[in-house]
Amino acid sequence: MLRPRITPCLLLHEGGLVKTVAFQNPKYVGDPINAVKIFNEKEADELIVLDIDATVNLAEPDYRLIADFAAESRMPICYGGGVRSTAQAKKIIGLGIEKVAISAAAIETPQLVTDIANEIGRQSVVVVLDVKKHFLGKRYEVFTHNGKKSSGCDAVELAVLAVELGAGELVINAIDNDGKMQGYDLELAMAIRRAVNIPVTFLGGAGTLAHMGALIRQCGVVGASAGSLFVFKGSYKAVLINYPSVEQRDELIRASMAPS
Amino acid sequence: MITVVDYGLGNIRAFTNMYKRMNIATQVATRVGDLAQVTRIVLPGVGAFDHAMELLQESGMRPRLDELVQEHKVPVLGVCVGMQILAESSEEGSLPGLGWVPGRVRSFASEARAASLPLPHMGWNDVVPDAARSDLFKGLAGNARFYFLHSFFFECASATDVVATAHYGIDFACAVRAGNVYGAQFHPEKSHHYGAALLKNFSEF
Repeated sequence: MLRPRITPCLLLHEGGLVKTVAFQNPKYVGDPINAVKIFNEKEADELIVLDIDATVNLAEPDYRLIADFAAESRMPICYGGGVRSTAQAKKIIGLGIEKVAISAAAIETPQLVTDIANEIGRQSVVVVLDVKKHFLGKRYEVFTHNGKKSSGCDAVELAVLAVELGAGELVINAIDNDGKMQGYDLELAMAIRRAVNIPVTFLGGAGTLAHMGALIRQCGVVGASAGSLFVFKGSYKAVLINYPSVEQRDELIRASMAPS
Repeated sequence: MITVVDYGLGNIRAFTNMYKRMNIATQVATRVGDLAQVTRIVLPGVGAFDHAMELLQESGMRPRLDELVQEHKVPVLGVCVGMQILAESSEEGSLPGLGWVPGRVRSFASEARAASLPLPHMGWNDVVPDAARSDLFKGLAGNARFYFLHSFFFECASATDVVATAHYGIDFACAVRAGNVYGAQFHPEKSHHYGAALLKNFSEF
């Protein structure tokens, strides 16, 4: 049986690993390569690594660090941050990264998704949508540049477009839920899940494994990603990298996917 | 020595690192001159079928690889697209494959029972080795799971070449073997201790 993926999401900021709340106030939580080593030991399903400086600073991806991630990791990695061209995407795949994520550049230049997919294969192209609920109602709007820049686009429409353009996976990041550890936005998750037929990973809000269970119960075989859940422990948010054992994961998936 | 073929595709360092952790020596071949003292060949690959075949051709290593595998019977392990190009052809492209394992590569999208499922087939799935032909999976009986990332699958011409299956809408061959030629659709180099066990098995028999 294909299992839902339980995916730590690591944010890079000024060379360190950080965690944000609603995309604000990055808190230093450790050395990124050390985190990869710990997730190796825990046999995590896969990793998402997002450089939150690169796009904002118009910087090149940090290829040396990316190469170190790829070499150190014994699980697949999706890298995102600052990717604006096919050549960059190709270089990152060449370093041994399995999936390349694009966000701002994909929204500004949709053709880029197609071009990158043609070059590295669509299975390796991930489109990340940072999404905020519109203050006037039910609509979800896509933002870029760490939630600071509104694209004016509807999340579901953009998700469908990304698939048409050649995305092999979507990562849907709920800005309002980021770092709150109060659960995923299940309404958003279901709207996206219904609209597309490629793997989708949801990020933003997971505070317990039960939150992941609720997502899987509702959406089936999807990716359940989290930052805070896997880097903090306890109500005072002490930094402690953690990840469920294979038995805990199997039990979570069994309980969440059992036919009701 | 175990030789990882670097023709511009796939995660070469992930394979060499996996073996290094197990104290097993490897070398990387980027041109034909590097294909000396070869006892095992690892053929990685990601992306599109035709692109992989073009790059392998351009690398200049193709004739020597053919010779090593077909005449000298050096064991070879193709991984992901590196497995798919072992076939004779693929629905994904128009170029012929290496033809080392009789069969063709087909799309999940053209299989009615899989067509409604999300593609690519991505994530950790159970692998069921054939008990009689499972030397690659020694030590993993009853609990073999690996990371997959693909939209096309290998259809063997001969059922006896299938050494393991996985299920995604249909049961498909996720590991194949024809004589000294082995293939794995999943990524052992990114599948934790399950992958390490498989790569170790490949280095030993």
